[in-house]
Amino acid sequence: MSFGAYFFLAVLEGTVSAFVLALTALGLSLVFGVMRVVNVAHGELFMLGAVIAWWVSQMAGDPLSGFLLALVVGPLLVGGIAIAADWAILKRVDYNPEATIVATIGLLYIIQQSVLILYGPDARAVEAPFYFRVQFPWFGYSGYKLIVAALSAGLLLATWYLLKKTRLGLYMRATQYDQETAQAFGVPVRRVYAAVFALGGGLAALAGVLVVPIQQAHYLMGHDPLLLSFIVVIIGGLGSLRGTLIAAFVIGISDGVISVFFSPTLAKILATLLVALVLVVRPGGLFGAKPA
Amino acid sequence: MSGVLSNRWLLALAVLAVLLVAQVLLPPYHHTNFARIMVLASFAIGYNIAFGYTGLLSLGHAMFFAAGIYAAGLGAQELGLSMPAALAFGALGGLVLALAVGLIALRTSGVAFLIVTLMFAQAVFLTTLYFNEVTKGDEGFVIAEALRRIEIGGAELKLSDPTVRYNVALALFALCYLASIALLHSPVGRVLVAVRENEQRTRMLGYNTFGYKLLAMVISGTISGLAGAAYALLFAYVGSTFASTQYSIYALLWVLLGGLGTTLGPLIGTGLMSYLVDFASDVTSSYLIVVGVVLVVLVLAFPKGVVGTAIERWGRLRS
Repeated sequence: MSFGAYFFLAVLEGTVSAFVLALTALGLSLVFGVMRVVNVAHGELFMLGAVIAWWVSQMAGDPLSGFLLALVVGPLLVGGIAIAADWAILKRVDYNPEATIVATIGLLYIIQQSVLILYGPDARAVEAPFYFRVQFPWFGYSGYKLIVAALSAGLLLATWYLLKKTRLGLYMRATQYDQETAQAFGVPVRRVYAAVFALGGGLAALAGVLVVPIQQAHYLMGHDPLLLSFIVVIIGGLGSLRGTLIAAFVIGISDGVISVFFSPTLAKILATLLVALVLVVRPGGLFGAKPA
Repeated sequence: MSGVLSNRWLLALAVLAVLLVAQVLLPPYHHTNFARIMVLASFAIGYNIAFGYTGLLSLGHAMFFAAGIYAAGLGAQELGLSMPAALAFGALGGLVLALAVGLIALRTSGVAFLIVTLMFAQAVFLTTLYFNEVTKGDEGFVIAEALRRIEIGGAELKLSDPTVRYNVALALFALCYLASIALLHSPVGRVLVAVRENEQRTRMLGYNTFGYKLLAMVISGTISGLAGAAYALLFAYVGSTFASTQYSIYALLWVLLGGLGTTLGPLIGTGLMSYLVDFASDVTSSYLIVVGVVLVVLVLAFPKGVVGTAIERWGRLRS
């Protein structure tokens, strides 16, 4: 293959992972933006989505119905777990930023190790619901990956619609803008918090469901999505939907290109250092950014 | 509170005396365990200076510990440094890295600071994997037996000898522990606590808070690096695991469990957690779940940790 073909493949791979990353990071970004807390267990919710997809696929008859079922069951179950965590932990520390971080680190281990107990240490594959190849002049490409990108795009649009056009979205934006005033105007802030935490977890779980036919489900798979989401959220700016998307594409595609031409490790080193650079140029970092 | 031997120093000496005597009483397994705990507690003391004293919530301290491990390990193995020189080299590694990271990361605060330190630590972790020709990456390498010896006036001490190992670990711990007490009660330490309690007010009083925070990071990084170096030399193993996020989380956990900002807390927290994990790993392979449960319980029920709660109950034990 020529350089051009390699480059095209790298960009294609990067784009697919960028869409999944955007979905995961958007969940983190919403929680960040509206609740002003960091959910360190976010990557584990992604992992739970993938593991639930495997579990559902074992019970469903064929890959397609398993996939469709997982797209519903995954985010619902994970959203439920998120609401339970919000009620049992976050609410009780009054959403104190530092206490929440420590508590969600604890949650990370509890979820991860519970999955290890119940699901085991093996990586398990889930059959893709669709099998077809898209033939480019230079190589054939997995059709399922393109469908992942398309579905992610659809889910991102749906989230955008939810935020901008529905009452719940209005509540969320009002809470993000000024929590006290929102409360004074009758926005049920606590319930909005629970909803946002569930929505954030649900988005991560959806990303996990989508990715599992490409990546296999494993109890430690939440680590990388968490770090990449942090990077995206910082570079994209606090709670900004547009910023998160743009950053996800910059990081996702450059990650893909550098991974193909150099090494995945180098790509990640550069991404983490880019975050530092962003913060040097803009010392306020993510909290200096205006919510869009 | 005045006088050379005030309560706080008496308590410290009592703790060190107990550790000194313990070595003749402990069976071999716990003997090794205690040596390890004292080295890791020194790392926790370093972390406590940043988070406990100064309020800098870092989630990247594994990078300073790892800097010490690699500086000492590679220094001994590749450059042929003697043991004391390798220890100093490890502390220097922690110092230099903490200075560099501090200069950049301290431009932020709060949650952003936590994430930036996490990112830098991840970059360091990935770097140890990237240069695996030198570092042997994940697998790590064992420091040759022949290198692990100290010569004092003709006599030769082997670090692989349990008694030598225990006492070197104790000396290291005593140094870090006493230094941390002296720091906390020195004028500089008072300013660090003031920064933790209210940075803006401290700045208004005319203190250069950025400088003090940087100083706290550098001291913290140096102690962490020294502890890492001692760990590498005493237990003969260098590997990238020590640079992973898990070790940053451990430092946080040990300090929180022991009691944030207390001088004895790091030892208590490290010791308790070490035995708890030990016990849990006998029962299940998912033993890290206790790490999660302890963190959540601490946040919800005991935010002051063991020593902090004790001080609250029985008055001024903190010395």
